[in-house]
This record gives sequence, C-alpha cells and structure tokens, in this order.
Amino acid sequence: MANLTRLHAHEMSRLLRAGEVTSRALTEAHLDAAERQNRALNAWLVIDRTNALVMADAADARIAEGRRAGAAALAALHPLCGVPVALKDLVSIEGGQATAGSKILKGYIAPFDSTVTARLREAGAVILGKTNMDEFAMGSSTEHSAYGPTSNPWALDRVPGGSSGGSAAAVAAYHTPLSIGTDTGGSIRQPASLCGIVGLKPTYGRVSRYGIVAFASSLDQIGPFARDVRDAALLLHAVSGRDERDATSAPMPVPAELLSLPAGDDEAAAYLKGRRIALPKEYFVEGMEPGVAARVREALAAMQAAGATVEEVSLPHTHYGLATYYIIAPAECSSNLARYDGVKYGYFDRSSGEYIADYLRTRGGGFGPEVKRRIMLGTYALSAGYYDAYYLKAQKVRTLIKQDFDAVWAAGFDAICAPTSPTVAFPMGARIEDPVAMYLSDACTLPVNMAGLPGVSIPAGLSDGLPAGLQIIGAPWSELSMLRLARAYEAITARAAWRDLEPAELKLTDDPTTPSPIERKERLRSAPAPGSGPRA
Amino acid sequence: MANLSRADVEHVAHLARLGLTEEELARLEGQLNHILDQYAVLATLDTEHIPPTAQTIELANILREDVAQPSLSVEAALSNAPERSGDHFVVPAILGGEGGA
Repeated sequence: MANLTRLHAHEMSRLLRAGEVTSRALTEAHLDAAERQNRALNAWLVIDRTNALVMADAADARIAEGRRAGAAALAALHPLCGVPVALKDLVSIEGGQATAGSKILKGYIAPFDSTVTARLREAGAVILGKTNMDEFAMGSSTEHSAYGPTSNPWALDRVPGGSSGGSAAAVAAYHTPLSIGTDTGGSIRQPASLCGIVGLKPTYGRVSRYGIVAFASSLDQIGPFARDVRDAALLLHAVSGRDERDATSAPMPVPAELLSLPAGDDEAAAYLKGRRIALPKEYFVEGMEPGVAARVREALAAMQAAGATVEEVSLPHTHYGLATYYIIAPAECSSNLARYDGVKYGYFDRSSGEYIADYLRTRGGGFGPEVKRRIMLGTYALSAGYYDAYYLKAQKVRTLIKQDFDAVWAAGFDAICAPTSPTVAFPMGARIEDPVAMYLSDACTLPVNMAGLPGVSIPAGLSDGLPAGLQIIGAPWSELSMLRLARAYEAITARAAWRDLEPAELKLTDDPTTPSPIERKERLRSAPAPGSGPRA
Repeated sequence: MANLSRADVEHVAHLARLGLTEEELARLEGQLNHILDQYAVLATLDTEHIPPTAQTIELANILREDVAQPSLSVEAALSNAPERSGDHFVVPAILGGEGGA
C-alpha cells in the first residue's frame, strides 16, 4: 500500500474495517516517521513505541472480533478504533509523564488517566506519545517549553505556534493523523493556522477537563487537531460529553452526525446555500499581514459564490479583549499554579532547610520565565487594593465581549468568519523578548474563549509560502453546524493547487545534518534576527 | 502609566512564593509595567452597571448520588511524593520547636 502516513483517519478507519490494513502497520509507519524526523522538529517529548504497539494489537483484535461477529458489531466500533493519536503533554495517561512543558513536573508520573485518555482507550485509538508545548500552555510559539522549541515543518527556522505547537507540528508532518491539544486563548486554533491544518476549540464544557493540567479554569478547553474537517469531527466525537468528574462539563448530547459529515464535495458544498455569515470588521486588526487578510476575504468570496450571504458586523469590544484576557487568564493561573509546592509531586529544592525559603526556591527554580511573568501578573491583579481595578473590571468587560457575540447570534447569523492569526508563522526568537508582541498573536482567538464559544481554524491557502488560517466561530453547542460549514469550505476549495502541497521543509527533517530546533535557537540568538516579516 | 516599583515587584513575588534572582526582578519590573500599561484601555469603559462574568455556561447545582466511588489508592497518591512517612506526605515544618506544635 502507498505511504500509510498520508491517509486521513476516516480512510484508515475504512481500510481497517475492510481488513486491508492493520492498526499495527499504521502505528509502525507513524512511529517510524516520528522517530526519524523528531530530532529536527522536536514535536514529541515521548514517542512510546512499546505501549502504542500494545494498543494497536488490541485494536486489531477488536476489529477482527467485530468482523467475526458481523456487520453490526463492526459498525458498533468507534471509527477511531485502531487509528493513531498524539496527546499534548498535559493530558494525564496512567503510568506516563505529564510535564506540561515544565521543569517543575519533570519526573512526575501520572497515577491515573484523564477522562480524554479513558475515552480514547474506550474508542480503541492508539496513543503514540506526548507532544511538546509552551510551559503550562502559556505561550503562542512553543518556545516557552522547558524541553526546547519545536520547528514548523513549513519553515524550520519558524515557530509552529502555540501553546499546542507539538501537537500541530506532528499532524502537519504526518507523524499522526490526529492529536489532542488545549486552547485557553487560541492554543489549538493559532498553531493549526500556522501549521496549515484543522484545529478545533469546543464550547466550554463540551470536553471534560479531568486529568488535564490546569492553566485558566474558566477558559481551558480540550480539542482535536487533524488534516481535514471530517477527521477533526471524529476525534471531537470520541472525547466529548458530560463527565461526573468535571462539574463544568455540560450535560449536552454529543451529536452522532459528527461521525457522518458528507464525504462527497457536492453534498458538502450544498450546505452553504442560504447560510448567513458574519464578518466582524474589528478582526482585521492593526499589524495583520495583507496576505492573511487576502486569504480570508477570498475564502468568504468563495463561500458567497457557493450560496452563502456574508455581512459585515461589529463586535465593538474586540479591542478590549487582549487586556481583559491578560488579566483573567493570569489571575486564574496564579491560583491554579499555587499547588506546585514541592510537597506532593514534582521538582523540589529543600536545600535551605527553612520552610519559606525552600518554597521560594522550589517555585523559583521550577517555573520558567513566561509562567513566572503570568503568576506575577495574576497575583498582582488579585492582590488587595487592585482586585476591583483589574480583576473585577476584566470580568465586567468579559460580559460586554460575550454580549457582542450574543447579539450576532440573536440577529440570526449561522457563524462568524475571521482570520485565526494576524500573521503566518513567525521566526523563532522574533517575539520571545517582547511579551506584548507575543500576546498579539492571540488577538483574534481569545475573545472566543472569553465568551465560551466553539471555534475552528481551517487552512485557507498560503501567504508568502506559509499557511494562513480561516477561523469559523459558532454559537454555544453548534460544533456540528460549524463543522458542516468548515467541511463545505473544504469542499469548494478541494481543487485548489495549495491543497496538494506538503510542508515545504518537511523533507529536510529526514537529513541527519539538519540542525535541531535547540541548535537553531542558539544560532538565531548569536546571529542577528531575520526580522518578523514574511519571507521574500 | 503603570508605576510598579521594584519594592512592589518584590512584594508580589513574595505573595506568589516565587524566589526570583536580581536579574529576574529587574527584567520583570520593566515588563510588568509595560503589560500593565496595556490594561489602561479598560479604564476608558464605563462598566458601573455591568455584572461580572466568571463562567459562561451557567450550570448550577451539579450533584451526583451520594455513593462511594473508587478513588486513587494511597500508594498511587503517594507515588510521586519527594518524601513520605508511612501513608503520609512529609511536609516542611511550619511551626517552630522540636516535635512540632
């Protein structure tokens, strides 16, 4: 059979059931690619061949049993049975590491499965390993990982976005058809955009957060990365739903139709007829690259030509989103990260023998610079005398931001379309010394988290040879219609030349002389930065 | 303009139990002031009559049957402890004197 790593999950699913491929063969092909190319990408923190093959063999046995028992038994298996998937390294898997990209969790071994992990096991998915990320999911470039940065397979000197950069790069590099990320202010959608793949942040409460290392608990959601919309829908289906272990997971039914998005392009495209799409003028922010804005406007023109109507709307409080988010998220993080005290698990420094001094050393030595910055911001915003001016004020503005979106849904729109990231992938090092420039990466994604809405980024072509993403934002619990719209866009652009392109520098990762991301980072630090503009 | 002094930064670091180096304190003083300047835009909005939003999906009274469920074993819970004594975590002494309070 042709290269197994180029298959989509839904194709693997069909071939597995038809007996034309085994999960072991699929798993080995992906492990081989990941092991060969990870030195040059650093997308993976763990590639777990031993356990992956155990899961693959178990899936093959389930499929064989299903085939013996008849068509109904085979159909009862989840489509992801036997399909490889990667987990961001903040998702707990019993007996495995969960560093959250931090030194403070180095050596920690999770004693239990997250609900997401348990649901993937139940579905029969094959977990290949754990992916790199910004420390505690704080960052937009994966440069804030304590385990070195990840390279973007489209341009190895550039970042894959973040914080779920390893999960995005691994899918873009064909090391896995699917991966799990988390999105607190854009950490799934922005790296999906920068790596040219699909990344979905569900409605807050759609996916249980039990067993996921917490960052900002009123904003965090878990979601899928995939190389097409149908695959993203399969993974979303597998992990969604009410969980008694997370009181914020909502008792909302998970639509079975997520498993049967239209395969045919004509049927998929027909969904666009009569849809009303809102285009928020405020999302074409200052500093947006013209090429990115052009791809988004072209995408909307194509949807219009296929029967949708597109109307400009105003989300007037968008401008306040960044400041609001960078009060609320750090405040929640400073509270959540208070648990890292060196007593129960993780890194500790007891060298002084004095309680407070050891506490300070443990946290000072265990956390990296961005996490410290956010803990400081959050602690300050919650401290006596500043609570009303910062935290309470931000919560009130959060209400206004949510009301902006409510008004769009009340006006009868089916979805909001916008850019995902104002720019294509930027060079390593370009924003690392300027936190505010880094935070601007999320200007178009973080209002969606503050309103608790679902959003998906899908590839919309290239700008200067690098991927640009289209963001589709839906009303609460509208993942199914949001994905139908995304699938329709995919269908009407199925023949676009850019869809056939593989990441431009992926081939270089096979070359053992290609520098690792850590070597690139060192080199870029000693040489003058190439600037943050698009490539010539 | 935000005006967080070096002493303020040190105070917040202590509240957060973060041991920071001289270099880190100096860098954070500049960066935090720069970030706080970005917050100033919020003061231009009148929010006097706007209720705060703490969470977006408004679930309330999430209850389950009061039936014991399996939970982590003592061994599993202690498996990552830097230091244990029998079935307990060893915590630093926070009260003075031999033998504790």
